Amino acid sequence: MTDVTMTINGRAVSGAVEGRTLLSTFLRETAGLTGTHIGCDTAQCGACTVHVNGASMKSCTVFAQEADGAEVTTIEGMANADGSLNTIQQAFQDHHGLQCGFCTPGMVMTAAALLKENPKPSETEVRDYLKGNLCRCTGYHNIVKAIMAASGQDVSAIAAE
Amino acid sequence: MYDFELTRPTSLADAIKALGEEDAQPLSGGQTLVPTLRQRLAMPSTLVSLTGIEELKGIKNEGGTLTIGGATCHADVARDGTYPALSELAGLIGDPHVRNRGTIGGSIANNDPSACYPAAALGSGATIVTNNREVAADDFFTGMFETALDEGEIVTGVKFPVPEKAAYVKFEQPASRFALVGVFVSKGADGVRVAVTGASEGGVFRWSEAEDALSSNFSPDALDGLSVPADGMIGDMHGSPAYRAHLVGVLTKRAVAKAG
Repeated sequence: MTDVTMTINGRAVSGAVEGRTLLSTFLRETAGLTGTHIGCDTAQCGACTVHVNGASMKSCTVFAQEADGAEVTTIEGMANADGSLNTIQQAFQDHHGLQCGFCTPGMVMTAAALLKENPKPSETEVRDYLKGNLCRCTGYHNIVKAIMAASGQDVSAIAAE
Repeated sequence: MYDFELTRPTSLADAIKALGEEDAQPLSGGQTLVPTLRQRLAMPSTLVSLTGIEELKGIKNEGGTLTIGGATCHADVARDGTYPALSELAGLIGDPHVRNRGTIGGSIANNDPSACYPAAALGSGATIVTNNREVAADDFFTGMFETALDEGEIVTGVKFPVPEKAAYVKFEQPASRFALVGVFVSKGADGVRVAVTGASEGGVFRWSEAEDALSSNFSPDALDGLSVPADGMIGDMHGSPAYRAHLVGVLTKRAVAKAG
């Protein structure tokens, strides 16, 4: 076992991990942050997406030891300080960007990474950026719409509800 | 996940030492290796993580040669822009999360027959730098998932001569984001190179007939009537050998047109 410490959503979290312990496991089981979902466990679905030192990554492909000393942001770190939903989360609610909600943490983390890089993306750019995140409910239209709305753009002309 | 040891050295020297242990395997970005471990298609007893080694990261442009550290992620290469065709290729790999984690050294060393970077390295006449030697791309890629690397030897960097013209065209397999077929074309000081990935059962290869034709006339028309045989091409649920052979011709023309 190796001791690791990382800053998760601004809070230092330490724990002893095995070589095989994944960051996704550390977040859920050691830090108790179960908002990071494990969908496919084979790096395809993106439900486990978190930010590591500001870059979006699938936490099921990163070992906990490799995140030692890193700044990690998860879905639990996205809400406003007063606990209300942030702009992206609110847009997902307003535009029905989720149904079962399983993929949503990864979708929100990916949307946040996109908007940091590209504050006013086109619809094509949003769809392209979502390539690593699978949703089996929505058909993506309302997720795209929510992200466009969160970027402050008019979404009245985008795909049907 | 099965049980194994993971070490995270911070210097190349320590990494090489750790890789000298029996059954140790290097781990770079892990975008292929970690899912592979989960499926137990590989079961090394020790993984040596290369992501904590700063000397393996970064991009340097010196006298027309771009040197990229082995542990540099695809997103950094995509953002660099010094060699536009290479940056575009890096920006089309996988998805944004994969590009933030996967590395050029990992991709080159794995030599997946459908990966993009091997086509860029072979198609640019790059030099693969390891911890103890430099190997021309022509001699490095020896077959599907096979390279000239010895046990315990790792890719520390790749040197790309920046050519006069170059372009990459990828026919993306939409589920995996790998190339169903991808063609990298360049025209530089050492002539024309055409490298094809995703098509052959032998992995990335140079299409020498196309290179000869393009050497005297670098235009899509020069490729009229040329084709690669379907024999030896990959056949799977996504495309037959004949379909892939056809794509090689089409995509090479498109790449030449794009390179201008």
